[in-house]
Amino acid sequence: MPKVKIPRKSTIVDMTAMCDVAFLLLSFFILATKQKPPEVLSVATPNSISKEVAPDKAIIITMTKDGRAFLSLGDEIKKGEILDNINLTKGLNLSAAEMAKFNKEEFIGLPFNQIKSALAMPTAPNPADMPGIPVKDSANNELVDWLRSVTNVYAGGNQNELQDMLLIKGDNESLYPVFKNIKFAFKRNQIYKFRIVTNGQPVPVGSELYNKAVAEKNK
Amino acid sequence: MAEMDTSSGGGHKKGPGVKKGKKLSTRVDLTPMVDLGFLLVTFFVFTTTMQQSTAMKMNEPKDDNPEEQMKVKNSGAMTILLGRANQIYYYYGQLDVATLSEQFKSSNFKDIRGLIVEKKKATPMDDLMYIIKSDSSSTFKNAIDILDEMSISAVPPGHYAEVDISPAEALMIKETETANGIK
Repeated sequence: MPKVKIPRKSTIVDMTAMCDVAFLLLSFFILATKQKPPEVLSVATPNSISKEVAPDKAIIITMTKDGRAFLSLGDEIKKGEILDNINLTKGLNLSAAEMAKFNKEEFIGLPFNQIKSALAMPTAPNPADMPGIPVKDSANNELVDWLRSVTNVYAGGNQNELQDMLLIKGDNESLYPVFKNIKFAFKRNQIYKFRIVTNGQPVPVGSELYNKAVAEKNK
Repeated sequence: MAEMDTSSGGGHKKGPGVKKGKKLSTRVDLTPMVDLGFLLVTFFVFTTTMQQSTAMKMNEPKDDNPEEQMKVKNSGAMTILLGRANQIYYYYGQLDVATLSEQFKSSNFKDIRGLIVEKKKATPMDDLMYIIKSDSSSTFKNAIDILDEMSISAVPPGHYAEVDISPAEALMIKETETANGIK
């Protein structure tokens, strides 16, 4: 009987295609991920079990460790109109050029009486050096005015949309009174619903909510 | 793909004295490069999806008018006070001058979950009310954490509320802190 010859095949596989795939994926992920904007104000947010993702389009009130408050209006917000409104209602007397400069700043963290002089400077001050929007007590709370301008601009629009945009981002170590004064500013403007930026964390195993979720799943 | 055609086409022979250069294969082993590629891919995938900011909902009561404040049954109320250095103090019902020291108890964020659940199980749902009061020395983290504890313990909304601290309670916290040596 003639022997059946099994041809010996090389075990070397051409890796080129696989290499292409790997680097294609790599470049895709690098390009597709959104770069986090460099944080001027470092804020370590508290944890919560909330699963809702914080929106990109937002009006954020940042509360730093040392209790300063900053307002940042996102790119897609009617920022220009809000600034116009505050300029008008608080009589800041800003010229068109100064307004344009003001519009470019990411964080608003100055009392009203310092805004004009700060805009006159050749370079914008670093937000980390700003004193923050005064929120000391109910009498001297300029955040009330800022939020009033926000509600003025969005008046007549969809209020749920506005509520979804309002965020408070606070540092773990900032003291409670600051938070209370920020809440006061919201309430003063008849805003009762807003959201807190937190770090998501899973529901602790064995807790009431966890057991409830498990029970519902087994149903 | 990875190899190039290096044969000097057409079988053109060189002169008799010329030595033939050894033909080296241009095939490169791409395995390490693939390894590296996938290593980087996994690295990026893991590092990018980890950090995700979430938003926690906050509902504030409409008015601080004391006349419109909800009346809470003493038997169903648990007041949670947030103090300095992540300390929690709590009492059930209403603070009574006679039994002050017995009522006013200390706790911390580790144990409070058990206490919240215990109270929830011992009280009829309609009467249940957690009153949260933050002292001016407590932090933002404490205020958010205790609200988070409420959702973790599945306390339905409307059965807990944030209320301003009273001077008497603030004083009690201060005295307890000095007694316990908390700075």
